[in-house]
This record gives sequence, C-alpha cells and structure tokens, in this order.
Amino acid sequence: MSFIPGQPVTAVVQRIEIRKLRQGEHLILGFSIGGGIDQDPGQNPFSEDKSDKGIYVTRVTPGGPAEVAGLMMGDKVMQVNGWDMTMVTHDQARKRLTKKNEDVVRLLVTRKSLEQAVRHSMM
Amino acid sequence: MDTESTYSGYSYYSGRSRGSHRHGERSRDRHKSHSKDGSRSEKSVTINAPPAEPLLGDAAARGEEVQDDNWGETTTAVTGTSEHSLSQEDIVRITKDLEDSVGLDCRRYFTLTLSVVLGLLVFLTPLAFLALPHLLWPEKLQACGTACEGLFISVAFKLLILLFAVWALFFRAPRAGLPRVFVFRALLAVLVLLFVISYWLFYGVRILDSQDENYQGIVQYAVSLVDALLFIHYLAIVLLELRQLQPAFSVCVTRATDGETRHYNLGQLSIQRAALAIIENYYRDFPVHNPALLTASKSRAAKHLAGLKVYNVDGEFPMTPSTGPGNNAATGLAQSQSRAMIAAAARRRDTSHNELYYEEAEHERRVRKRKARLVVAVEEAFTHIKRTQEEELKKAPGDVMDPREAAQAIFPSMARALQKYLRTTRQQHCHSMESIQQHLAFCITNNMTPKAFLESYLNPGPTLQYGRERWLGRQWTLISEASVTSGLKEGALFLLKCIDFSLVVTAKRIPYIQLSEEFIDPKSHKFVLRLQSETSV
Repeated sequence: MSFIPGQPVTAVVQRIEIRKLRQGEHLILGFSIGGGIDQDPGQNPFSEDKSDKGIYVTRVTPGGPAEVAGLMMGDKVMQVNGWDMTMVTHDQARKRLTKKNEDVVRLLVTRKSLEQAVRHSMM
Repeated sequence: MDTESTYSGYSYYSGRSRGSHRHGERSRDRHKSHSKDGSRSEKSVTINAPPAEPLLGDAAARGEEVQDDNWGETTTAVTGTSEHSLSQEDIVRITKDLEDSVGLDCRRYFTLTLSVVLGLLVFLTPLAFLALPHLLWPEKLQACGTACEGLFISVAFKLLILLFAVWALFFRAPRAGLPRVFVFRALLAVLVLLFVISYWLFYGVRILDSQDENYQGIVQYAVSLVDALLFIHYLAIVLLELRQLQPAFSVCVTRATDGETRHYNLGQLSIQRAALAIIENYYRDFPVHNPALLTASKSRAAKHLAGLKVYNVDGEFPMTPSTGPGNNAATGLAQSQSRAMIAAAARRRDTSHNELYYEEAEHERRVRKRKARLVVAVEEAFTHIKRTQEEELKKAPGDVMDPREAAQAIFPSMARALQKYLRTTRQQHCHSMESIQQHLAFCITNNMTPKAFLESYLNPGPTLQYGRERWLGRQWTLISEASVTSGLKEGALFLLKCIDFSLVVTAKRIPYIQLSEEFIDPKSHKFVLRLQSETSV
C-alpha cells in the first residue's frame, strides 16, 4: 500500500456497496474513519507504511450497514462514489461519505489480505 | 451672442478663448477653458443675462486670479528682522525675553512684591518670636538651659532647610504668563498668611501681654511654627508639582490649518496650565507652520465657488448676502439661492480632481528631481574642504580657514541648488542666507556629513529650530467656554489661537483599567503530536 510519488497507485481493491441507514434525521453508515493528509500518519495502527496518509476504517459497528456490506476494520478506503480518498483531508473524507442526498455509497477498499489472496490465486 | 453661453462666471474664460488676452496666465488654463466650453455647451442652462454682467464678473475674477497667481511666491508669514539663531533654543530663552522686556506688566510686579513680603514675614516670624522676649522683658526671663539651646539649633537648621526648599520650589524664572491667577498658589499664600497671623495673635495675646518668663516654652512655640511651615511646604509640593504627574486625560491637539494632530497625556490640571503644557509640547513636536503650503487648497476652493452665480430674473439683484436676522424674506431668498447653487455644483461635471492628481504627481516629480540635484551638489561641495590636524598646520601653513570662512567658501557651489529646492517646497522664507551659512559652519565644525547638513532642509522641523521671529511666543490666546481656572474634564474643548493658525484641543479621560491575573505554571508547557481523529459516519 505504499506509493511512489509521481507514479499511479496500484492496489487490489474490493468494491463494497453500503446502504445508508436512517436513524432519526441522520443517515449513518456504521463505521468510523481515521487518517487524512492533515493528520499524523504515525499513529495509524492499521497502515503498513507509517507515512501513509490515507483514510482507514478504524471501527465497524456490529450489525450496522457497513458490517452487513462486508467492510472490515483496517481497510483503506481508496474511492467513494468515484471520488478519490487517497489524498484528502479528514474533513473532506467525512463530507464525501455523509452526503445527505445519497442513499448508497460505493466504496473501493483495499486490505493486505486481498493482495495475498490474489497472489495465492495466481500461484 | 451670449444666449448660448452658460454660467456668466466663466465668461472670462470664454472671453479668453475668443482671443482677448487681458493678462498673463498659465497655458494650462487656456487649454482647460477650451475643453470646458466645449463640454458645457450641450448641458447648458440658458440664462438671459443682462449684458453688463460679464464685464463685472470678469474684473472680479481677474482680480482674484491675479492675487492667486502671486500669492504663493511673495507671501511672508512674519516681517523678520534677520536674527541668526540656528541651534535648538530652549523655552528658557523665551522667558529670558520675558524678563528682559521692560515691565509695564503691573500684575507681575504686584505678584512679585506680594510674594517677597510674604516670604519675609514667614522667615522673620520665628526669629521675632525668639528675639522679642529678650528685648522686652530681659530681666524676668528664665535662663536658657541646654534643652532650650538645643532647640535653637533645631530652629536654625529647619529655617535653613525651609529657605532652600522655598528657593527650589518658588524662586524660578516664570515660564509663562497665564491669563488668570494660579489658583493653588493663591490658596497656599492665603493659607500661609492666615497661619502666620493666627500664630502672631496667639503670641501677642498669651505671651507678649502676660510677659511669660518660660523661655523654653517660647522657643518650643517657635519650633512648632517652623515645623508647621515645613508641612505647608510639603502640601505645596504635592498640590503644585505632584498632583498633575499622574496621567488622567488624553488630549488630542489638532492644528486647524493643515490638520497635524498629536496626542498627549496630561494629569489633572486646570485648563490654563494644560494649555501651557500643550504649547510647550507644540514647540517640540509639530512641524513649523508654513502658510505657503496652504495656498493650493485655497485656490481650489476659490475655483469651486467662482463657477456659479445666481441671477434672479424677477428683477432683484441678490448678489449681497442676507443682512441681519430681521430680514426674513431676504434670508429665505438667500437660502434657496445657496441651495440652488449647491445643487448646480453637484450636478456639473467637475474635473478638478483630475487637475489635482496630475498637479500633485508633477509636483512630486519636480521635488524629487530638485532634491537629487541638491544632494549631489552638497556632497560635492563637502569634498572641497577637509579638516587639518595640528601637525599639518605647522607643516603647510597655506590657506587655513576657520569654520565660518570655510562655510562661505563652499556655500556658492551649492547655493543655487539649495535655493531652487527651497523654492519648490515653498520653504524659502523660513531660511535666510545667513542662517544657512551658519548652519553649514556648524555642521563643518562638528564633522557632520552632507546628509546631516541637509536634514534640516529636507524635512520641516519643529518651530524652535527656526528663527526667533517664528516662535510667536507672546501671541497665544486661549479661547474657552469653560472658565480657564477650572480643571480639565471629559470632553473639554478649547482653542489656542496664534496669529494665523489655531490649535483645537479636546480632552478625553484615560479609561479605568482593570487588570486581572492569570498564572501559568512553567511545568504546564507540554506538547504532543496531533492524534488521529476518528469520525464515525
């Protein structure tokens, strides 16, 4: 999951579609995010490369829409509905996920186990 | 022919454009008049003016124009006797002037004699108290023992201290003459007088009449008088000197002619004393008043008004302003006319801002060019002379000059550039040739660089830097609605008028400041890296 500056980022991603759940007047997705280009990347427990400033899933509420859709803790979010999430601030990431007029968010997430699975399948 | 012409006040412009050159004028105005006529014809208001009017307006405007033309060049603010005074002369010189002048000032002498009489009375009273028993009933008097003689020494020294203290506080050359009496001093004098009189009364009744033999008691009485006088002196110090030291008011002083503003902090003073403090600060802080710099705005103002004239087609000639408050019809007429003039002035397309902009840019360019030439000329002039040391004097006794001669030698090479620069910045009447040469000699003597020499000509300095005829120290008038011996208050307003300018002074109280404390433990300065923030979505 490290990147070489100037080169396009390549990763094995999984497409996850989450349907937002209406709770009162909020639409919730059921997970928490951390990270961003304005945050301290050294504190991220999930990243391999401690200079990675991407958006990571830090917690998934059990039984929530995210868990149902297959999101797991430690996933790095690469795209949300087509918007890039590898170089955004924390607040921009939150805004892209919580748009009020969208009922469904389609995430592209990557995790280490995906890459291992692909490698295994190729062998 | 004039049915098309617009405002008759401009007829002299139009007259000029038709080729009648009556007097010399700047070519720029001639160009302007063409454009003005051209642009105005489509917006003109047709007024059937009687044919006699253009000539009248013409002559009046022409007279004004002539005055305006030459006014800036030939005005002199004061008729100076050429006195050489170049260095920073202190206010003390002004007071020396006051003392030197023959005193037709009765009030000053009256005050002086009163204070001398009071002083003598105060000093001789204890001595009289001590001496009178010896003179009047020496045989009945008890002998003076050791304690008593000790008291003599105490009286002597206290009187000596009192003498020095009074000399230090009161025996000073008067700084200024104030319009009203100094209230605190008068009160103190009255207090001292009453005090001494009451002591004399007591002495006269209880000691002289009964011829008391207890000399020690008398001496102690005299000592108590001197003690009390020292305490009154302490009171005088507090009232006269200490009370106004703590700042309580912030006064804003604005010069009415050109808007120079300064702010000062003053203590609790009466209006006249505050005025004195402000004038003393004026001489230090404000740049000198130069009436030649104000002519530009005056001529612009004249041009604004010259453009419009009101004609009443009903037959009256409303040229004179309304006379007297009883003339209601005329005042109503005049008011409507002035309103009409204001409305017309607002409507016409005025290009005087353009003129001002270009004129100021041009003037600044000219000043900069002259300044560059001046700086180069002065620097070159300064290279012509050099200081000689003692040994060189003996070796080559050539043409050795003292500073004044050296100044006269190098002055001609820079005189022209300096004169032109002063003319451009309209300072030429502030500096005479002798004062410039004296300043040059002064700079040469003190090893100053050309830049230091030029400093006093490039920037207008405080009034004291110039000749004594500019000081006008005796011409100040205090104009105030409140009594001048009353204290400064919040919102107090008074004017200080000199001959051709005035200072507007307003006072504001310094706000009460409430200061609170916050303690920071030095160990509390700790830092961590910013944590990952986690947001649930």
